[in-house]
Amino acid sequence: MKAMLEIKNLHAKAGCVEILKGINLTMKPGEVHAIMGPNGSGKSTLSNVLAGRETYVVTEGEVLYEGRNLLEMSPEDRARKGIFLAFQYPVEIPGVNNTYFLKAAMNAIRKHRGEEELDAMEFLKLVRERAKLVEMDESLINRPVNEGFSGGEKKRNEIFQMAVLEPKLAILDETDSGLDIDALKIVANGVNSLRSEERAFLVITHYQRLLDYIVPDFVHVLSEGRIVRSGGKELALELEEKGYGWIEKEPAPSRAAEAV
Amino acid sequence: MSASTDNLKELVNREYKYGFVTDIETDTVPPGLNEDVIRLISAKKGEPEWLLEWRLKAYRHWLTMSEPTWPNVHYPPIDYQDIIYYSAPKKKEGPKSLDEIDPELRATYAKLGISLEEQERLAGVAVDAVFDSVSVATTFKKKLSEMGIIFSSFSEAVKDHPELVRKYLGSVVPYSDNFFATLNSAVFSDGSFVYVPKGVRCPMELSTYFRINASATGQFERTLIVADEGSYVSYLEGCTAPMRDENQLHAAVVELVALDSAEIKYSTIQNWYPGDKNGKGGIYNFVTKRGKCAGVNSKISWTQVETGSAITWKYPSCVLVGENSVGEFYSVALANNYQQADTGTKMIHIGRNTRSTIISKGISAGHGQNTYRGLVKVQKGAVGARNFSQCDSLLIGDKCGAHTFPYIEVKNPTAQMEHEATTSKIGEDQLFYCNQRGISTEDAMTMIVNGFCKQVLKKLPMEFAVEAQKLLGISLEGSVG
Repeated sequence: MKAMLEIKNLHAKAGCVEILKGINLTMKPGEVHAIMGPNGSGKSTLSNVLAGRETYVVTEGEVLYEGRNLLEMSPEDRARKGIFLAFQYPVEIPGVNNTYFLKAAMNAIRKHRGEEELDAMEFLKLVRERAKLVEMDESLINRPVNEGFSGGEKKRNEIFQMAVLEPKLAILDETDSGLDIDALKIVANGVNSLRSEERAFLVITHYQRLLDYIVPDFVHVLSEGRIVRSGGKELALELEEKGYGWIEKEPAPSRAAEAV
Repeated sequence: MSASTDNLKELVNREYKYGFVTDIETDTVPPGLNEDVIRLISAKKGEPEWLLEWRLKAYRHWLTMSEPTWPNVHYPPIDYQDIIYYSAPKKKEGPKSLDEIDPELRATYAKLGISLEEQERLAGVAVDAVFDSVSVATTFKKKLSEMGIIFSSFSEAVKDHPELVRKYLGSVVPYSDNFFATLNSAVFSDGSFVYVPKGVRCPMELSTYFRINASATGQFERTLIVADEGSYVSYLEGCTAPMRDENQLHAAVVELVALDSAEIKYSTIQNWYPGDKNGKGGIYNFVTKRGKCAGVNSKISWTQVETGSAITWKYPSCVLVGENSVGEFYSVALANNYQQADTGTKMIHIGRNTRSTIISKGISAGHGQNTYRGLVKVQKGAVGARNFSQCDSLLIGDKCGAHTFPYIEVKNPTAQMEHEATTSKIGEDQLFYCNQRGISTEDAMTMIVNGFCKQVLKKLPMEFAVEAQKLLGISLEGSVG
């Protein structure tokens, strides 16, 4: 099958500090890739670079999304073409109704695809249905975007938005952080129910725990801006047991992973 | 909801949409101001002697005054002798119906999107259209008059209801009030008059579209609204003006009087030409608006969305005389490019248990300077007076400014005052979040700004709220890179 996302030798800076130092990663539709790594390894930088945040500057390498140069596209263009980032720290937009916000997003995406805008009734139906998926309370749906939401509610709202917008490539940036075990299960259920042959997930996490519920096809370990090891889901368990120090102490296999 | 992409696209070049000039023969007095000009204005309008005397008294007082310098606005000196103080469209005969109105004038209305026949058909809104200084058409007058409601041009009211005009004119804003109000008292050309009799609830929103047209014609509107005991009226004021290079002075006066248990809701969308993106041209808007809650349990509510004008100097105020009376002020003021706004309110608590609420939302973008200036004054006798003030500022970019001057004077120990203020910036975070969901930066901006203003916008009548939201989006065009 053709690759959906190809990251080749990606280097990126935040300010004058180089954070990503040569990332290589290929994802195909239907696959779930997990990226794990210690704090400061570059996990969030990778997700932000893929989504097009301007504070990060790509200095080397390329990223192809569906065969096209992703790095040339504006953030909204990437979103309209099916890339969704579930934010680590979702922002609040006071006074802007959640449903209204989503409708604007949905219609921007549909317009880009040359589809007609959804009418209010159809949209509302979809929203209600998807809210159930992540057990979102209807009162939250009609509140301003993330305003006064608890940490867990914000994360759930991200997955809810993802469920409504149905992206092709979903990037989950530490969606599990700050979630209790019940909320974690709900979020994982939401993600699992959206898994399909056309959709790929890049799940970024610090802990193995999430991967008990969202079982990945591949696990990559990020350290100091490079993928130092790649493997199947069992790699996550191994990491959990031995800690990140284990990988960092063993530099040799990282070369092998990079050569993939 | 927010401006659709089409609306924004349409205005992407940021040219003032209503910038056109209608070529109509005007009946114009030469520039300059002296007692003869005032006599001429008064004579042209066939005014009674008492009104001429009142104008002259104001003029003589004005000569002793000087322009205020305390507002946080800057503009070159105004030459008051270079202003045309009277200009009226020439009438063949008084139009009996809309068909008799100058076709070109009607075309202008059509361009503005307020075609009168359509307004009439829509039936929800009665329009007293002010073209330059003289009202040329008043609709729905008949329907209203059946209920005893008077809704007419000021000049007509002077002719038909002199006793009412004489009783209330200057009763809230005296002729000696301030430099601009005094000038207005001397030279006011026309405006609107509303009287709602006892116990009558006005069944529709009363609406006036103001429009400055003839070149270099100062516009001095005078509006007087009187709500008699137990009555209710909602009044809408919306403004557009053609593009000009010369700055145009506008000094209006609005007086509201609410008697026992009466309620007046006054909503404004002000969208006058703000000048180009370099700050050239634009309207100077120096307005005095004040309402008097004269009766017990009366209520006056001001709602304004200020997006236009090069300079705005405006403090819609409430004088709370009647026991238990309520004053409200809900405001959105936007200053983009080189616009300057110094606006706010005064709440003067005189009667017992009077209450007031102030919600002010200031938005600054480009090089815009936005000042909130407010006074809450509780006089000795105002036992149990309460005020809640909230002033929020939103900054877009790093070259604009937001300033807040809240004055509080309390002379009664039982009064309760609350004041909240915030300043925030539209964050790169918020914009990126919207972008990541597929929403363009322009749309995101409109959305965030409308969210910021929601508390105020929801106080506007529905159709006005929609217009206001579009306007905010349009006014912010190009304010992000």
